[in-house]
Formats: sequence, C-alpha cells, structure tokens
Amino acid sequence: MSDNYRGYRGEALSTLKEYDAQVWSDVEVRTEQGSFTGIVLPRSETADAYHIVLKLRSGYNVGIAARSVQAIAVQGRKEAHYKIPEKEFPFDPKKPRVKLLGTGGTIASRLDYRTGAVIPAFSPGELYGSVPELADLCNLETEKLYGVFSENMGPEQWIGTAQAIGREIEKGVQGIVIGHGTDTMHHTAAILSFMVQESPVPIVMVGSQRSSDRP
Amino acid sequence: MPTKPFSEMTGNDYAALGFKSGLEIHQQLLTSKKLFCRCPAARYSDHFDAEILRHMRPTLSELGEYDGTALMEFKTKKEIIYQIQRDTVCTYEMDDTPPFELNGEALDIALGIGMLYGCSMVDEIHIARKQYLDGSIPTGFQRTTIVGVNGSIPFRDRSIAIVQLGLEEDACREVSDVGHRRTYLTDRLGMPLIETVTAPDMLTPQEVAEVAEILRRLVRSTGKVRTGGGAARQDVNVSITGGTRIEIKGVPRIPDIPLLTYNEAMRQRNLLRLKDELHRRGITRDSFEARTELVTKLLRKTRFEPIRNAVADGLVVHGVLLRGFQGLLRWQTQTDTFFSREISDRVRVVACLTTLPNIIHSDSPSETLPSSEWRTLRKSMGATDDDTLVAVWGSPQDAALGASEIALRAQEATSGIPSETRQALRDGTNGFERILPGPDRMYPDTDLPPLRITEERLERLRVDIPPPYWERERWYCDIGVPEDLVAPLSTSPYADLFARAVREWNITPSVVAETLVQFPKRIRKKIGGRVGFTEETMREILLAIREKSLAREGILPSLLAVAQGSRFVRHDLPAPCSSDELKSIAGRCSADLQAIRLHSPAKARRKLMGLVMGHVRGRIPGRLVAQYLGLNTPEAGQ
Repeated sequence: MSDNYRGYRGEALSTLKEYDAQVWSDVEVRTEQGSFTGIVLPRSETADAYHIVLKLRSGYNVGIAARSVQAIAVQGRKEAHYKIPEKEFPFDPKKPRVKLLGTGGTIASRLDYRTGAVIPAFSPGELYGSVPELADLCNLETEKLYGVFSENMGPEQWIGTAQAIGREIEKGVQGIVIGHGTDTMHHTAAILSFMVQESPVPIVMVGSQRSSDRP
Repeated sequence: MPTKPFSEMTGNDYAALGFKSGLEIHQQLLTSKKLFCRCPAARYSDHFDAEILRHMRPTLSELGEYDGTALMEFKTKKEIIYQIQRDTVCTYEMDDTPPFELNGEALDIALGIGMLYGCSMVDEIHIARKQYLDGSIPTGFQRTTIVGVNGSIPFRDRSIAIVQLGLEEDACREVSDVGHRRTYLTDRLGMPLIETVTAPDMLTPQEVAEVAEILRRLVRSTGKVRTGGGAARQDVNVSITGGTRIEIKGVPRIPDIPLLTYNEAMRQRNLLRLKDELHRRGITRDSFEARTELVTKLLRKTRFEPIRNAVADGLVVHGVLLRGFQGLLRWQTQTDTFFSREISDRVRVVACLTTLPNIIHSDSPSETLPSSEWRTLRKSMGATDDDTLVAVWGSPQDAALGASEIALRAQEATSGIPSETRQALRDGTNGFERILPGPDRMYPDTDLPPLRITEERLERLRVDIPPPYWERERWYCDIGVPEDLVAPLSTSPYADLFARAVREWNITPSVVAETLVQFPKRIRKKIGGRVGFTEETMREILLAIREKSLAREGILPSLLAVAQGSRFVRHDLPAPCSSDELKSIAGRCSADLQAIRLHSPAKARRKLMGLVMGHVRGRIPGRLVAQYLGLNTPEAGQ
C-alpha cells in the first residue's frame, strides 16, 4: 500500500480515494452526524478498516465512520515530520569528556505513534536536542556499537563492548556511559567486570523501561 | 474610549471594545471509580502514606513540534512531590502501570451530555495525551478524548455554540508551591470529568456568567455529575479587538466571572495602549534594547532590606536596563495593578523567585533603593533619564533567568498581548500562570486502542436523556409546583422520580416537590452537614403516600428518622388511622384536656388538635382530624 494511505484499507480506504483525500490532507468531512475539520492521519495498522482518523484543529484525534461520510472537501496538506531536532553538541574545554556507548534497549528508543511500539533513536544530536542540560555536565560524544534489545546481547557484543571501552580510555575520555536494555544488563555488567579491571575512569551502565520521550 | 469602572460599563461599551468570551467548563462525573483505573473516586483526605519525587521533561507531538508551555515549565526546573495514599491511588496514577479500559459508566454519562448539547457524536474515540509539565499529573500528560463536537444551547434570542465536549481525567490538588518545590495531593487525580468548550459567543461579562449558570444547571439536570466544592471549575477565555485570546483558569464561582472578565478586557486594552505608546517612542520588537548586568557589588550595603539580606546570604543581584521605558512600569493594566506586575509574575513563575517583592524598578514611587543608589546603578549601567532600571535577586541561575524574563516580557509589550493562561485572583484581577498551550501539546495515547461508539450504545443512552431543565420548569409551573421549588427541582437528581410520582402514581405535585426538595433541605439545615437520601428511600416514601399509609404530616418525621440512621420500610408502617380509632383517641384526649383549664374555646380546640395529632401523625391527613374536631386549620384548607 502506498504511503499516501498508510494504514488504511477496506471501506475507509475507498472512501478516502473516492474524495481524493490522502493521509496528511487538510479536510472538512461532512457526515450524517455533522462536520469535522482537520488533518487525515495515518491509521494504526492494528485498527479496523471502517474509520478515518482526523486530527482536529484543537489537537485532538477522532475516528469518523467511513460509512457516514457524505463528502470530503480537501483544503490543503500538512505533513508531519516526527523527528527530534538534532543540534550540534557544544564543546566546553573546561568540562570533562564523556563517551556514551549505545548498545540498544528502550533507553535509546522513542515512541512510534503509528504502531505504539518503541523504535531505536540515538545520536548525539538527537540526545542533545531532547536532553539539552547534558551540555551543562560534560562534553558528550556518542557511538552506536549495536542496536539490539538486550535479550540479543551475547559474547560477540560483550567482547566488542569491552574493546570499545579500552579504545576510549586510551583516547583519554574521563568517563564512559553504556546504554543497555534492562533484561540482561546485569549479565553484561558482570562480564565486563571481569573483562575490564582497574579502570582508570568510571564506567556506568544505564537502562530504563520507559522510552526517553515520556515526559 | 476612556477607562470606565466596572459598575459603569454598558453593553455598548463592551461592543466598542470588541469584547468576546467563551467558556471551558470542567465538571466531575458521578461515578464510583476513576476513569482509567479502579481506584475509588471522590475519596478526599489530607492524610498520605508516602511521597514520590518527579521531574518533568517536554515531549514532541507526533507532528514533531514542542509546545511553548511545556518548554516554559521545563525552564522552571521544579521538583515535584506527590503525596500518595494507599486507598485512593494505585500504580496507574503514578505511571507505573498502563491504563485500564476507559470507565464505561463515565463514557455513557459523557455521551449522554453530548447528545443533550445536540453535538455531532464521534464514531470512534481516540485517547490523546495532553502534556501538563506543571506536575499536576505525574505522567506528565492527561489522558483526554473528544466525544462530540458542534453542539449548541439556546440563550436569550440566539444560541451559544458548543465547540466540543471532552472526557478526561482530573489532576492533582496542589498543596504548596515554594521556590523550586511544588507539592501535590493525589486523591483527586484520575477522577472522570467532562470539559465543555463553548465558542466565544458571549458579548458581555454578564452573559458569560449567565451561560456558565445555564451549562451548570443543564449538566446537573442529568443527576449524573458531582456537586459541591471543586466539582465544577470554569476557565474563561477573553479577547477584545486587536487583543489575544487569554484563558483565565480555575474560576471557582460563577458570580466572580463578570468582574474577572471586565478586568481582563481592560488589561488587554491597556496593554494595546502601552504598545502604541512604545511605538510612539520609537520602540518596536526589532529596535527594543535591554541590557543586563551583575550589580551585586554595587548594592552590597544598600538600606533596602530584601536585597541587603539576599547579598548577605550569598545571592546575586542583576540589573536590567530597559531602554526608553521611563515611567512605563507604572502603566496601569488592571484595577490598581500596573505593568510591573506582569513582569514580577513572570519572574515568580518562570524563575521560581516566589518571595515577594521579587523585583524593584526605578519607576516605582514606593520606597525601595535610596535615590543615590539608583544614581550609582544608572551610571554603572549607562542609563539615561529616558530608561527604566529593574533589579532582580536570587541564586545565580534564578536571578539570571529572572533577568532574561524581565527583558523578554518587556519586549513582548512592543507586540501587544502575549498569549497566556492566567489565574483568577480573589480581588477580581488575574495574574500570569503560564504561556498559552497550543495543539502541539497533544499526542496520541498508544496504550489504549481506539474505541468504537456504536449506534446501539447511543440509542440506549438517548432514551435516558432528560429534557432540558427549562422545559421541566415550564411543566412544573403548569402543574402548580410551589414557585421556590421549581428551579432546584428541575436540576435535582430526583427529577425523574418526580415525573413518575406525578404522572404514574398521581400524587399531588406540591407534595412530591416538598418531599424531594424542600424537606431534605430543611433536614440538612436542622442537623447540619451533608445528608443524602437514596432514590430508593424517596421512592418508598412516595409509594407509601400513594398507598395512603403515610400522610403528608408524616413525611418530614420519616425523612428525619432516615437521616438519623433508621431505615424506612413502607410495609412496616402502622396501619392508617380508622375513623373509629380517631373517635376513641379524640375522646381520650378530650378527657385529658378537662384537667387543664383553658378559658378561650379556640385555644382549647387547638390544644385538642395538637394532642390528637401527637397520636395519629402520619397515619391520617391532618385535615381529616381537623374536620372531625370541627376546626378550621391551615391543613383543613388543602
């Protein structure tokens, strides 16, 4: 199915097509119930085939039964770009260098509004865009080692992570943070405690059961 | 047009201003459980078992934008404390468990009220998250949904449009807000409420109050909403020609609305005049100039106590120069309120400098710094006689943020009126609360799937929708309900029972109205506190009246007994008093009366009536007793 009708099928899809409306169309929908004005949103893939989702001017979403639609007037188009604003991480020579090594997990994900699932999101720019006060603490660099959920971490990833830690220490960073899924974080921590001994810099593992875009 | 005091304003004056106002009314629904979990609703207590600390962060909407309010709240860096009680809060409210299914009882009530407004009902409900970063909701968002749009209610010779009807969860109750710490009680959190949003169709402050009253009574007439303190809260939107939509939040009482909206209209008018004055002085958004400087050292030994103490405590002082603003911080905005308060409010809310005064300025006639110190400051900051200086003090971060807010708010004056939500104050004026949020603070709730509203469900609910209360009132007048009972009865939860008692059980309307409205009120007055009578009790009493096993005189004593804890059982009532029994009781009483010497025969007859009624009250109508005794009493007339 084309992106112009993302998530729509059956009755709802044919109603949209009948009136030349697409996802992101700015429309006025006339129904047996009355009129609704807003933007056609993509429909969740798990939802039924009988309703069209509109974002009203007030910001609320409503579903309108395709069957009750009498006319749709397309007035324009407003496409949404869901993206954390990427900003370049500022450098302050007075602050310590900290490296964030990403392995995956919920802590490095954000919500996908269409499916309701969390999807990976991780770059220094994105992190700075969403947590700007990080710049008050350190000069942050990030490196994405892996993008796996923690149940998929194994010997290969443990070795790779330990080697990455070694490289960073040699480069002179003053602290290392490892983002990790919570399910097996304690396994990785235990393994790393054997692999990396007498580290001259603190190494912290972090995880969360909430994606970072929850308020 | 000159500024007129509130009492002298006419409809024409408001028309000349281009006054427009709309309402957003929040009304709690009468359900036993909360909206998204199974905790009990409306169990209030100041007691708590534990406290939880949270910080809030803004979230992008699914359109990829941040909301202005969310960013402002984030700037304040508040620590939020939640006081939680075992019996009223579960892990849902604390965002540690996903929501349960939407409370069907609450949804039914909301759908019913939507139909009462004649709304276009939504076919499929989508729960949204509305960001609230002030901490009033621990999740950082409120779950909310629209059930209907485009309704209307009749008002005078026109109609007022209902833009939308929402169903949402209530927020926490604020306990305190000092510095960087805000504390909330969580018992009210999550209770279901509806939000009715009208179009800006009201054209004078008085109309706003009238429409608020109509809406309040209309939803009450369903008998399915909560009443009492805090159960209904009004937000009032006000704008004038050239102004901006300003939302005054949390107006607790409808009679407060007219003065509040008047003051807001005046504030907007005066801020527009201030803008014109700034432009006349050549100050626009682009040419605006402000300078900030750390002036702690210069004021170390000041005689002005708040600053001297602050410096002694290691805090810092920032001076802010507003180029060309001379005299303008004394520009009147509301009744006895000046532009300086717009600035002070911002500093208080955004920089968390909550101890007042939090700023001083060189336009102030009141004693702050001695003039020699103002001169020193002026010299140091390069200020001319045309400029105004403002000083703000606090921790280095707070004072710096305060200084930048001062410059920001002053710059906004060059454009007119910033979009804000403002809080209603007791004296009828309003103060800054936060930047007005926009649609960007809404994003979909991915925890709950869309919910289809079937036609069958609407049909089932449509049957129970009461007629509008004004139609009930017309009928009550026609059938002779006492005048003072018409209004309370029309929005009483017993209104349906009244109709049944009159239509099906053929009981005299005035007796039913007294039973349902007047007697409970009298009892509440007598024994104090909130006394409720279940519909079941009322039904039993009315049926007893129909069966003539309870006479009119017995109603009040029966209700009083129920209020004092006993149960009313229709079948346990003593049998009605027969004429033989009345004869024998009257005979006995008459004999008793012989013992007392009463000279006036009229007095003696009244005394006899009293004695007999003492034996038969409630079992036989008083007028029959009077008739038997040959008396002309008030009861005999009925």
